Amino acid sequence: MISLKEIEKIYRTDKIETLALKEINLEIRKNEFVSIMGPSGCGKSTLLNIMGLLDKPSKGEVLIDSREVVKFGDRKLAAIRNSKIGFIFQSFHLINDLNVVDNVEIPLLYRRLSYKNRRKLALAALEKVGLSARTRHFPNQLSGGQRQRVAIARAIVGKPEIILADEPTGNLDSNMGQDIIDILHDFHKNENTTIVMVTHDEQIAKQTERILRLFDGCMVN
Amino acid sequence: MLKNYIKIAIKVLLRHKLFTFISLFGISFTLMILIIIVSLVDHTFGKMAPETRLDRTLSATYFKFSHTDKHSSSNGPIMSYYFFHKYAKTLEIPKKVSISSFHKNVETYKENKKFKMALKYCDAEFWEILDFTFLEGQPFNLTDVENINPVAVITRNVKEKYFNDEFCLGENMMIDGINYIILGVVENISILRPLPYSDIWVPITNINEDLLEPRLEAVSFPSYFALALAEKPADLPLIKEEFQNKITQMEFFNDMFNQLEGGFETYFETIAGVLFGRSSDGGANTSGLLVTILITMILFMLLPTINLVNINISRIMERSTEIGIRKAFGASSVTLVGQFMIENIIITLIGGFLALIFSIVILHIINQAHVLRHVTLAINWRIFYKSLLICLFFSLFSGVWPAFKMSRFQPVEALRGGQS
Ligand SMILES: Nc1ncnc2c1ncn2[C@@H]1O[C@H](COP(=O)(O)OP(=O)(O)OP(=O)(O)O)[C@@H](O)[C@H]1O
Ligand SMILES: [Mg+2]
Repeated sequence: MISLKEIEKIYRTDKIETLALKEINLEIRKNEFVSIMGPSGCGKSTLLNIMGLLDKPSKGEVLIDSREVVKFGDRKLAAIRNSKIGFIFQSFHLINDLNVVDNVEIPLLYRRLSYKNRRKLALAALEKVGLSARTRHFPNQLSGGQRQRVAIARAIVGKPEIILADEPTGNLDSNMGQDIIDILHDFHKNENTTIVMVTHDEQIAKQTERILRLFDGCMVN
Repeated sequence: MLKNYIKIAIKVLLRHKLFTFISLFGISFTLMILIIIVSLVDHTFGKMAPETRLDRTLSATYFKFSHTDKHSSSNGPIMSYYFFHKYAKTLEIPKKVSISSFHKNVETYKENKKFKMALKYCDAEFWEILDFTFLEGQPFNLTDVENINPVAVITRNVKEKYFNDEFCLGENMMIDGINYIILGVVENISILRPLPYSDIWVPITNINEDLLEPRLEAVSFPSYFALALAEKPADLPLIKEEFQNKITQMEFFNDMFNQLEGGFETYFETIAGVLFGRSSDGGANTSGLLVTILITMILFMLLPTINLVNINISRIMERSTEIGIRKAFGASSVTLVGQFMIENIIITLIGGFLALIFSIVILHIINQAHVLRHVTLAINWRIFYKSLLICLFFSLFSGVWPAFKMSRFQPVEALRGGQS
């Protein structure tokens, strides 16, 4: 599904160069539920962003469905992100100006879908995360756990093959965190979705099929 | 897709009420000021009845006497009938030359009611060079002028006030002891058009003075001016030159002065002279007028434009997270730029529409309140479209440029721009 070859990522600021990732070789298979662990600053988010085509590696190849995508132009990358990938961020990243359904609809806006169909799919996704009663609320009227569920609904609404979640439970207490993880597991089982999740929580990581460990920008086994 | 964009745009604009209000205010205010200024400028400078032949007409109004050795000088619209009769009437290049007085204020009574009006003495050529709109009757002719006939042309306004809007051709009107018979009624004349302006026009021979008394300065107010109509626009400089040649050989009747500056000018030069004064040689300060018009326009355009650009840029920068989110879920740079473009077009068009309504209301108020006599300001649609285009350009530019810049970022970089 996703494979990374000889990935290296260097952040260049005015004076400092940070080597965030080096010699990353890794393969995520279809329908896998993988978690990524490692100490803070080891490069987990960087790795996930590169997998999700949100950022470009400084070196190396990213293959999605065996297609090398690093050299793709903006439009093609946008299309892949739109059709194949759903993101969940630690800090939710909802658009405060839009209400819950409008937020969930965002991935569908960039597809050829009628307003009616978009609404139907968005409401169905909200139903799956148990938020049918809050569709007209705005993000700042919701609790952290509810916001993250909106974010999950947005990630799954387009039925992507891959879900990338960067510490989806990082801002939530453990009960709410477990709810979120349960939703992801459901989705993994029922829709055969490939999920890659960054987490700090050993308990949560243990529930996944495979744990990748990063240390200082390198994979460790 | 376009429908989507428009829906998103309207949603965003409704959510950002303060921004929307400020933008709309900026755009509509800019456009409104522009429309009003242009309609004033248009009204003052543009071709408009009765001055429809501005491109072929010259006027001689302002002169300056001085002495090469003494410190004496006299200037202004001060010339006598004799002066124009001798040096302007005799010009050969113009098709027609007219001599008229500036208007003076007169009072007349009817049934113990007092009427204050402007009166102008003019000749028969005056009606031929200028293009008055006659609602009834006709102007007086050469015979009327030569025979000193007590006839008059009045405006619609005088007819309405003095004659209660009843049929008045052939009726009488007593002014300065002369009983004038009404010969024609013309459309009201704006006070911003000083040369044709008056309420009543009568043959110049009715004036109570010896017109041909040899003197250069008028005896008293009102003084006189000349209009010259050329065959074609290209003749205008030739007429100016012919007149200058004539007055260089002029006879001064006393030794107070031995120099005269001034001559025939275009309409634009005359207005510039009135508004911005004249240089020491009597020439109108046309560059001053042009520069002022330009600076006013630029200021009125620039300040709100900068404001608009500024608001737009900071607004889009503020929305960097939104851009990041949209990119992460599949919006391409082109799509995003399109979205911001539509947003800006919508807000500019709404602003333009509001500006139009405000301008119509304000122009209506100016026209109704009679702030300026007989000034009827109208919207110049050509300028409205142009300024709307300019506003569109700036709001597009100011919206698209930062959106384009933001959309170049990798999605992570945009997301890092803010937290949600
Ligand atoms: N935009 C950036 N500019 C410069 N350095 C960066 C940038 N983003 C990340 N880094 C550096 O790259 C390294 C990896 O960062 P990354 O965010 O991937 O870590 P992480 O494993 O996700 O950490 P955390 O668990 O705290 O989220 C860190 O040393 C960080 O300082
Ligand atoms: Mg991280």
